[in-house]
Amino acid sequence: MTALSALIRRDIRIALRVGGGALIGVLFFLTVTVLMPFAVGPDLALLSRLGPAILWLGALLASLLTLDRLFTADHEDGSLDLIVMSRTPLELACAAKALAHWLAAGLPLIVATPVLGLLLNLDGTATLAVALTLLAGTPALTFTGMIGAALAVTLHRGGLLLAVLVLPLSIPVLIFGVAASQAAITGPLSFGTPFSILCALSLVSFVVGPFAAAASLRHGLD
Amino acid sequence: MRLSGHNLRCVRGGREVFSGLDFAASSGEALAITGPNGSGKTSLLRVIAGLLMPSDGAITLDGGAAELTVAEQAHYLGHRDALKPALSVLENLSFWRDFLGGESDDAGRCLASVGLDHATHLPAAYLSAGQRRRLSIARLLVARRPVWLLDEPTSALDTKGQDLFVNLMRDHLAGGGILIAATHTPLGIDAREMRMGAGS
Repeated sequence: MTALSALIRRDIRIALRVGGGALIGVLFFLTVTVLMPFAVGPDLALLSRLGPAILWLGALLASLLTLDRLFTADHEDGSLDLIVMSRTPLELACAAKALAHWLAAGLPLIVATPVLGLLLNLDGTATLAVALTLLAGTPALTFTGMIGAALAVTLHRGGLLLAVLVLPLSIPVLIFGVAASQAAITGPLSFGTPFSILCALSLVSFVVGPFAAAASLRHGLD
Repeated sequence: MRLSGHNLRCVRGGREVFSGLDFAASSGEALAITGPNGSGKTSLLRVIAGLLMPSDGAITLDGGAAELTVAEQAHYLGHRDALKPALSVLENLSFWRDFLGGESDDAGRCLASVGLDHATHLPAAYLSAGQRRRLSIARLLVARRPVWLLDEPTSALDTKGQDLFVNLMRDHLAGGGILIAATHTPLGIDAREMRMGAGS
C-alpha cells in the first residue's frame, strides 16, 4: 500500500507543479466550452439543449489531452523500467497511475462544470445532472484511455495515435453520459437507467483497463 | 547466493545480439561485462533485469528470497536516471524508497553518502549530469537489494564521485551483494571480466 500511495502522491504532485498537465486540461475545457456559444449563436433554447453534449465533449477532449503522457513520460526517463521491475504488481501500479491522473486532471473538470453551465444557459438541476454524470463517467474515460496510453509507449507514437485508439472506446460512455443528463433535464426517460449503465461502464473499465495496460507495457518494453 | 544465466539468447529487431551465453556470479563477487559498442552489454543487463525476454535460456538466483523474482531483488542503474525534473532531490529519492519497499534506509543519510546533502530541496531539473548520476546511485542505497545491475555506472562522475562510488560498491560486495556492471573503463574494484562481442 505504501508503494501505491507513494506513486499516487508523486503523480499528483508532478501534475500540479509547473509544466504538469492538471491546469492545461481545465483551461482547454474552458476554452472549448466558451467557444461554443460564439459558434452556435445567441439562441438560448438551443444552447441549453446542446449544453450537456458540449460539456461532455469538452471533458472528453480535455481528459485525452493529458492522457498520452501517462506512461510515455515515465518511459522516456527510465522510471517505467523500475516500476516494471518493482515488487508492486504492474496492474496495481497502472491502476494507481490512472487514479492519480483522474484526481489531478479529471476532478478539476467536474469542479469547473457549474461555472461553464452558466455560459450554456443550463439551470441548477441540469448543471447538477451533468456534473453527476461526469463524476460517474470520467473515471471510465481515464481507465479505458490508459490502454491507449500504454499502447502509445509500445508504438513510440503519442498524441494523435492515442486519440484514434481511445475515442472509439469512449463512445458508449459518451452516449450514456449525455443520455443521463438529457433524461434529467427533459425526460421522458428516467435518470436512473442510463446513469446505472454509465456507472457499470466505469466499473468494467476499472477491471479491464489496468490488466490490458499492464499486458501492453510488459510486451512493449525494449 | 548465486546468480547465474544459462544458454541465453537475445534477439532484438530481428538481429541476434548474443546466443549460447553463460554467466555466473556469487555473493561478494563483481562481474564486469566489457566489449565494443553494440556487443549486447546493455541487452544482457536488461535480460537479467527481466525487462527483455530472452528467446532462449534461463536466469536463476539461488539462495535469494524464494517468493521474489530476480528482477524484484535487483537494482537496475541504466542510462536514463528515472528522475522527475519537477520534484526536488529529496522528493525523488523518498518516492523510490517508498515505492521500491523492502528494507530501506533514511533518504537524507543516503544523499549525504553520495555528497548531495547540500542540494536536498533543489528541483532535479537544476542538477548537472554528474549530480543526477549521484542521485541515481543514492537510489541503490535507499532500498536494499542483493543484486546490482549497473550500466556504465561511472559515466559523468568526477574523480571524487568515482572514488566515492568505488567505496559504495566495495561495501555492497562486503555485505554479500552481487554486482554486474557493463563498463568500458576499469571499475576500480576486483572484478571478473566477461568479454562480449566478436566470437561470443
